[in-house]
Amino acid sequence: MEQFIPKYIQGATGDWEVVIGLEIHAQVASEAKLFSGSSTKFGADPNTHVSFVCSAMPGMLPVINEECIRQAVRTGLAMGCEIHLRSVFDRKNYFYADLPQGYQISQFKDPIVGEGEIVVDLEDGTSKTIGVERLHLEQDAGKSMHDQHPTQTYVDLNRSGVALMEIVSKPDMRSAEEAGAYFRKIRTLVRYAGTCDGNMDQGSMRADVNVSVRRPGAELGIRSETKNVNSVRFMMQVIAFETRRQIDLLEDGGEVLQETRQFDPASGTTSSLRSKEEAHDYRCFPDPDLLPLEFTQEFVDDLAKALPELPDDKRNRLINDLGVSAYNAAVLVAEKESADYFESLLDSLAHKTGKAKQKLATQAANWVIGDLFGALKKTGKSISESPVSLKDGAELLALQIDGTISGRIAKDVFEIMLDTGKNPELIVEEKGLKQVSDTGAIDAIIDEVIADNQDKLAQYRGGKDKLFGFFVGQVMKKTQGKANPQVVNQLLKPKLDG
Amino acid sequence: MIAFASSLDQAGPITKTVRDAAIMMESMASYDDKDSTSVNRNVPNYEHALTGDIRGLKIGIPKEYRMDGMPQEIEKLWQEGIEWMKAAGAEIIDISLPHTKYALPTYYIVAPAEASSNLARYDGVKYGLRVEGDGLSGMYKNTRAAGFGDEVKRRILIGTYVLSAGYYDAYYLKAQKIRTLIAQDFAKAYEKVDVILTPTAPSPAFAMGEKSNDPIAMYLNDIFTVPASLAGLPAISVPAGLSADALPLGLQLIGRAFDEETMLRAADVLEHAAGFTAKPKIWWGEK
Repeated sequence: MEQFIPKYIQGATGDWEVVIGLEIHAQVASEAKLFSGSSTKFGADPNTHVSFVCSAMPGMLPVINEECIRQAVRTGLAMGCEIHLRSVFDRKNYFYADLPQGYQISQFKDPIVGEGEIVVDLEDGTSKTIGVERLHLEQDAGKSMHDQHPTQTYVDLNRSGVALMEIVSKPDMRSAEEAGAYFRKIRTLVRYAGTCDGNMDQGSMRADVNVSVRRPGAELGIRSETKNVNSVRFMMQVIAFETRRQIDLLEDGGEVLQETRQFDPASGTTSSLRSKEEAHDYRCFPDPDLLPLEFTQEFVDDLAKALPELPDDKRNRLINDLGVSAYNAAVLVAEKESADYFESLLDSLAHKTGKAKQKLATQAANWVIGDLFGALKKTGKSISESPVSLKDGAELLALQIDGTISGRIAKDVFEIMLDTGKNPELIVEEKGLKQVSDTGAIDAIIDEVIADNQDKLAQYRGGKDKLFGFFVGQVMKKTQGKANPQVVNQLLKPKLDG
Repeated sequence: MIAFASSLDQAGPITKTVRDAAIMMESMASYDDKDSTSVNRNVPNYEHALTGDIRGLKIGIPKEYRMDGMPQEIEKLWQEGIEWMKAAGAEIIDISLPHTKYALPTYYIVAPAEASSNLARYDGVKYGLRVEGDGLSGMYKNTRAAGFGDEVKRRILIGTYVLSAGYYDAYYLKAQKIRTLIAQDFAKAYEKVDVILTPTAPSPAFAMGEKSNDPIAMYLNDIFTVPASLAGLPAISVPAGLSADALPLGLQLIGRAFDEETMLRAADVLEHAAGFTAKPKIWWGEK
């Protein structure tokens, strides 16, 4: 990995350790906003999803969207966090053009979700536990658009009041790789739980990245906070840049300032947005328009029971029950859609072939990860846009498993499927690709090949065993790859050996 | 309706008679599913509560409302009120609401704090007045300077101050704690009495603008009415007599939470006993 930073970083004056904490903002997957009935749909014309409540007209009051509460609890459960049966909404007061209320409704002292732990897998095969401090619900602001007019700023309130979950980590990460793995894990969890679509292009997930450096084992250093980083790659760039900047500062005898910074993707650098002295005094206090949020343990238990299988459980099941390799299992569960595709494919395949899933899982996993992912990558498509349907994928594998086509032919058929979208059985039929297992026909071809290659036969019999492969190849060539390789092997051996 | 101090704001009718107030209350009161603080419970027929019979009703007289320097005429009217209620068969019981003296400062922390935040939306961006200025903050400053009056600005400043970092615990948080104590005072009193009788204000009405330069004196006039607001209790003011300058003086009845019926029943009796019929000789703006 390009931006990988080892545990300790060599400075001119000795080793340094980087300490990272993340505040992840994940947009709650919900039809309506946190405190109003306006739609949350992305991509609508500006200011078309705005009610009197989300534009803060006089006299309008917030009413909580219960689905957002359920989503926050589900997320907390998926992260293995403590759920608080009582939480409080506060007002965070500041003036900005895209904040019509003049305050953001958030949770300050008493968040809905408390502490938990996330286990992340690292490149070197080890895993690490990262602490989650809390998750709280809050409103998103509108969007200021500074590029629509030479002197004026336009405001789009479609996002105003949309529910966000802010997931705050403990300062437990020690490298960009760990931070990336943690962010990806949270993304996978919310997508499995169905509580956030994790779509970073649309701003559904973004992170504030807190970075500080210290001498190994020393007290925590002063941190910088880089706001609104919206991809894992950018996050790792921020960490690499901030680490270097802070070490250089300290080694030159300077000091790190506690400040808010912004990331410039074009240059890969960060710059100061405002210092601690310029920081807002948000004057947080409990929102008098909302009562404390209270629910029962039973409410939580019901949500826990209905939670879908989570990635760690799914991975363990793929490995332990289906015999999928640890690597393949990790790749498959990383995206919920991939895991879903694989499992449906396997179901369909087991149904078609009448064989046990355990006997099919490895081959199916290899095909999904090798062939299908390879093809998707080439065309830049996601698995949900796969040109090969589940049914056709399962059919292709079934044709291979029942011996109708060989593995090599299967690859050709797959290429044709990608190009034409045709059904594999039809392709095999049309192109006459059926594997030849007829021993009489293969026998004849073997005889021909041996007759044509008397010199090679002599060498083989003289001890050059490796020529066996040559003969197999010749037979396959003459049958255009359609001969069943197993049958070829069986018949060829006694003939060559005489 | 526009929010001023959300945790204290409450709609209420101003009517000619207690009966009208009861009728108005009944048609105004209902559950509002667009207000999270609204309570979903049946609205009684308040007019039916006006039976004219308060025999055996226990009426509390809080000693803390007997203030030093309160005009004699108000003290006298209160005493009259007590006699009228007694004559109608009510039982008069002396009670104590020990945290009353903290109610006014508590109110003038909580109300401005909430107001400073509630009024933030009048920023000139979308709704209402906009006065252009230098950049966004210039526009904010000009708009809010032009759009708010002195008293509103004063309260926004006080509210902003009491919520600021370093002052929150000393002011706002402490005020919330005292608010709980004030509510507990009432809860304890209502173990012994059904309704509480007090003067409405410690002085007759002052003229519009008369105390604008002395806000503390102006705020002091709220001393008897803010405790019920802080405790979330129903209260009614009934005109009951005239000051030496022929200005109306009121008596206040404070009821149990959600027991407007008893409060209105007592107010109806008080109104009839007082027989208040005076009409003001001059109206606003008349010389």
